[in-house]
Amino acid sequence: MALEENQGRSKIVQLIFAVLFLVIIAQLLHLQIFSKDYRLQAENNAIYRKVVYPDRGIIFDRKGKPILENTVMYDLMVTPYDARKGMDTLTLCKILDIDTAEYHKRMVTAIIKNGNYKAYAFESLLSPEKYARLNESLYKFPGFVLQERSVRSYPFPVASNILGRLGEVDSSFLAKNADKGYQPGDFTGVTGLERTYESVLMGRRGVERYLRDNKGRMQGHWEKGIYDTAAIAGKNLYSTMDIELQQLGEKLFQHKIGAAVAINPKTGGILAMITAPTYDPNLLSPANRRQNYGKLILDTARPMWNRAIQGQYPPGSTFKPLNALVALDEGLITPSFGVDCGGGYSGCGRFIRCTHSGGGHAANLRTALANSCNTYFSITYRMEVDNPKYGGVKKGYMAWKKYMNGFGLGVKLGVDLPSEQMGNIPDTSGYNKDFNGHWNSCSNVTLGIGQDRMTATPIQLANAAALIANGGYYYTPHLVDHIQDEDEDDKKLMQSYRTKHKALDIDQAAFDAVHKGMADVASEGTAAMINIPGVKFAAKTGTAQNPHGKNHAVFIAYAPVDNPRIAIAVVVENSGYGATWAGPIAGYMLEKYINDSLTESSKAGVESFSKVDLVPDAIKHWYYVKDSLKQVKLTQQASKGVDSIPPATLFRQPEQPKTLFDPEAEPNRREADGGDSNPYAPNANKNAIVLPDERKIKDKNIRRTTH
Amino acid sequence: MAEREKELAKGVDWIVVLLYAIILATGILCIFMVEYKADLNVFQAFTSGKTDYSKQLIFGGICALLATFILLSDSKLYTAMANLSYVFGIFLMVLTFVIGKNVNGSKSWIPLGGGFNLQPAELCKIFTSLALAKYLSTQDLDFTKIKSQLIACAIALGPAMLSILQNETGLALVYFSFFIVMFREGLPGWILIVGFSFAALVVATLIVDPNTLAIILTLIAAIAVYVLRRQVKRSRSLLLFIVGIWIGCVGIQRFVVPYIFNNVFQCYQSTRIYAMVGKEYDCGQNRSTKKRESEDKKVAKPDDYNVRQSKIAIGSGRFFGRGFLKGTQTRGKYVPEQQTDFIFTSIGEAFGFMGSVGFLMLYAGLLFRIIWMAERQRSAFSRVYAYCVASIIFFHVMVNVCMTIGLFPIVGIPLPLVSYGGSSLLTFTILIFILLRLDMDRNKILR
Repeated sequence: MALEENQGRSKIVQLIFAVLFLVIIAQLLHLQIFSKDYRLQAENNAIYRKVVYPDRGIIFDRKGKPILENTVMYDLMVTPYDARKGMDTLTLCKILDIDTAEYHKRMVTAIIKNGNYKAYAFESLLSPEKYARLNESLYKFPGFVLQERSVRSYPFPVASNILGRLGEVDSSFLAKNADKGYQPGDFTGVTGLERTYESVLMGRRGVERYLRDNKGRMQGHWEKGIYDTAAIAGKNLYSTMDIELQQLGEKLFQHKIGAAVAINPKTGGILAMITAPTYDPNLLSPANRRQNYGKLILDTARPMWNRAIQGQYPPGSTFKPLNALVALDEGLITPSFGVDCGGGYSGCGRFIRCTHSGGGHAANLRTALANSCNTYFSITYRMEVDNPKYGGVKKGYMAWKKYMNGFGLGVKLGVDLPSEQMGNIPDTSGYNKDFNGHWNSCSNVTLGIGQDRMTATPIQLANAAALIANGGYYYTPHLVDHIQDEDEDDKKLMQSYRTKHKALDIDQAAFDAVHKGMADVASEGTAAMINIPGVKFAAKTGTAQNPHGKNHAVFIAYAPVDNPRIAIAVVVENSGYGATWAGPIAGYMLEKYINDSLTESSKAGVESFSKVDLVPDAIKHWYYVKDSLKQVKLTQQASKGVDSIPPATLFRQPEQPKTLFDPEAEPNRREADGGDSNPYAPNANKNAIVLPDERKIKDKNIRRTTH
Repeated sequence: MAEREKELAKGVDWIVVLLYAIILATGILCIFMVEYKADLNVFQAFTSGKTDYSKQLIFGGICALLATFILLSDSKLYTAMANLSYVFGIFLMVLTFVIGKNVNGSKSWIPLGGGFNLQPAELCKIFTSLALAKYLSTQDLDFTKIKSQLIACAIALGPAMLSILQNETGLALVYFSFFIVMFREGLPGWILIVGFSFAALVVATLIVDPNTLAIILTLIAAIAVYVLRRQVKRSRSLLLFIVGIWIGCVGIQRFVVPYIFNNVFQCYQSTRIYAMVGKEYDCGQNRSTKKRESEDKKVAKPDDYNVRQSKIAIGSGRFFGRGFLKGTQTRGKYVPEQQTDFIFTSIGEAFGFMGSVGFLMLYAGLLFRIIWMAERQRSAFSRVYAYCVASIIFFHVMVNVCMTIGLFPIVGIPLPLVSYGGSSLLTFTILIFILLRLDMDRNKILR
């Protein structure tokens, strides 16, 4: 036997065993000790990080009514793998109003997009009716669940530009706010209060970590949830806005372009901020956004543009009280200072027409304000700028500009809404350039009556009214009175709205004189036709010339006279006299706010005023052309058979009345049929070039009747 | 009577029994980790008999009974039954071709009824060990003769061939572990060297670009000729020998290996082997794939998902492991077949490098103990049998662990005593306890 000679081979066998064990241990060293990324890969596999979104804060109006809140909507989610056995497809299709082909199409999409084991939104944002029907028969649909989703809702369909809306974050936003924990797909406030108070409203997100298995199914909290953080709900905002006043204002502004701002002068709190045209905030809710956003953003009347803080208008005669204040403060005039106005001012070569020509209508400051005498305020402006105290028109002008900035004109007020504009109080440099450095108080004399290059936003005008009402000070206008459970950060945020601004130390006597003049405006002056039952108010009308067409109607007011609780500024673009078109809006709003209700006759007045159409013809024409183009496109598509959605019958149907009369014999009959009421009417696009003029005539007729 | 019992107990090698028990217990623990779900009554689950770990526990109980039975049996039984059992084993394996049940694509199971299946190829390991031991311990055997070497090889590889025909490549591979036994008993060393060289050549073929490898082989041949130039001058046959080897190597590298990968192996097998060396196999070249494609059937593209997840699981354990029941890969069921072939990953993940090495040391302890036991036998039968047991266990451990850590292509070989599965557990129990029974009579000479 070969036992002895083979004895040594036992050692070799043992050596082979040992070496191979060492090889394994070496590889284990490599995998477990030296490779660092396996742990990470395992966690990427298995730990699913879910962000829990807290409810956003609610915004209340000054009476505690919620004006922007959250509602729960439901998405129907499906997990394809579970939705196979015992599925009552037919009933589901019936409830959702789809056919089985659509059902299978959505299922396939779900599987392609999300796999077999993950939930996919089969239908988003269910209507309440569908939700109710689904909820009671959900047991028939294995694999289907209803998932809550919190959506912003607007109980009152107003103030969309002020409250703002949410939008998905984009990459530049993420880069700018890298430290705030946003991630792609999140929503953030993009306009209005939603944006300004984003940090307060958003609350704090929570993070939950789940264990996920190989099929992507959740297996419960990772490490029993010790690494999870709870979501903290956003804080509520208590706004200064009066939602009823806002509703009234928006109603009055129907079919008009312009803006109005009402402020509580005591606090600077904005009671109402109207910009027209506006839009129903629900048009941009998550379910409807895709359909409406493009239309709104391309609209030439710019409904998504907040004219109250961004529209810059010449203030016109509403500037005169401020002009008077400067003159009084500089000691250039006394309240009894008067001029002899014969219907205009010609001291500077060109003639500045006055509304009145009667003698004595500018016998003193009070009458000059009440009658809005252009001559008077052209003269005071020249006195202010040519004040010998400053030595030279340019220095005098700069002193005057300082007054303006003190009134809050030509500077941003700092309202708590994004994208505020500053209006324009021109610098001397502009005049130096235009007049080659040689100019005098005559060159820009119309600044004294709120024209020339001077512009102001409606909120600046409202603020100026508040400043006059207060007798010299103002609080920065703001929409949010306080934040729920304010902490140090919130207090810091609100600090600037709680500081009194009193840049100019103007004597109370000067204000008394101006107050009297403005009260006279309301009682016997240019705004005499506006009456508020039981309330004495002070006002100033303005009819601002502008390069865009008809004059803008401007109006500022405050009430009651002896203890002002509301100051308001109204601008109606291209409408005409301030007292005629802006005045009534201010009047009804003051009445509503101070009396808390409107009289029957006022209600009737509101109804008829809200029907008045003051939209400029140019804008109407734009809408018309746009509609026509759309029709042409639709008819072309229909004739080609390309468009599958609107069937051809949609266009054929209205053709029938056409045969009922002879177009040659009765050319006006077509017009009477009202082609514009039906945007798809075929006769409208057929005569696309002729019709606008006809429409203009029609509009004028309407206007005449409503006067 | 009591004295005899004492004597019996004295003869049993308790160290092996202890290691056996620890490894088996670890196995049940691992299966428990793999199957564990939170919200579950552990005691109930263990006794219910429905979960894999409770089934394994039941198998463990059966094994204990079986082990006692073996220890109480007569050791002469095994020498006497060796050849007969081998024939029986072969018969069973042939029988699978007739009444076999198809499980996971391999027709290697005989249904026993009651949900139990028997895999004859597993049992055949025992029979082959006994038969090989019997043959090599034949009194007047001269193992230096080629004839007896061939007979021994035939005994060892017969069941392997049948396994390959059953499409159980993994099980077939195990029978190659008998070469370790034959080496110990005097098989010429050069056979092993040739075997290693061939393996090296195949691996090189997979890794290195074919042309580069051909140039390298040519260079090696040229250098060999240059070094041996004097001997070559003296004998032409040496030159012919070198050239012959060179032609053989290039032929293997150029034609044989690609042929085997494309035509003999299935697509998934080739892919796994390529994945092991970190390469991607183009299944489009595979004959079976082409055949399926021509029949317009869908070709599933295999990938290295298993190995990747297995490596992530083990790697994520780091030094101390993630802790008992805390491994995310295990709890999320990311590793396929984790309670059977990939059971080692659960240890690697839960107990880290420390645990893995400790666990391997249990096996190492068992193996070296068995070899130590082998060398103390007076009977050649017992010695050869002991080497068979050691070799089989060693081969299983190596292939199984290496495949989970990415050092060996994936073949379905269980981890002895740990992987879930009754057949495998019973086989190893019988293997080990027959050895212990033989060891109790180590001073006798068994024929």
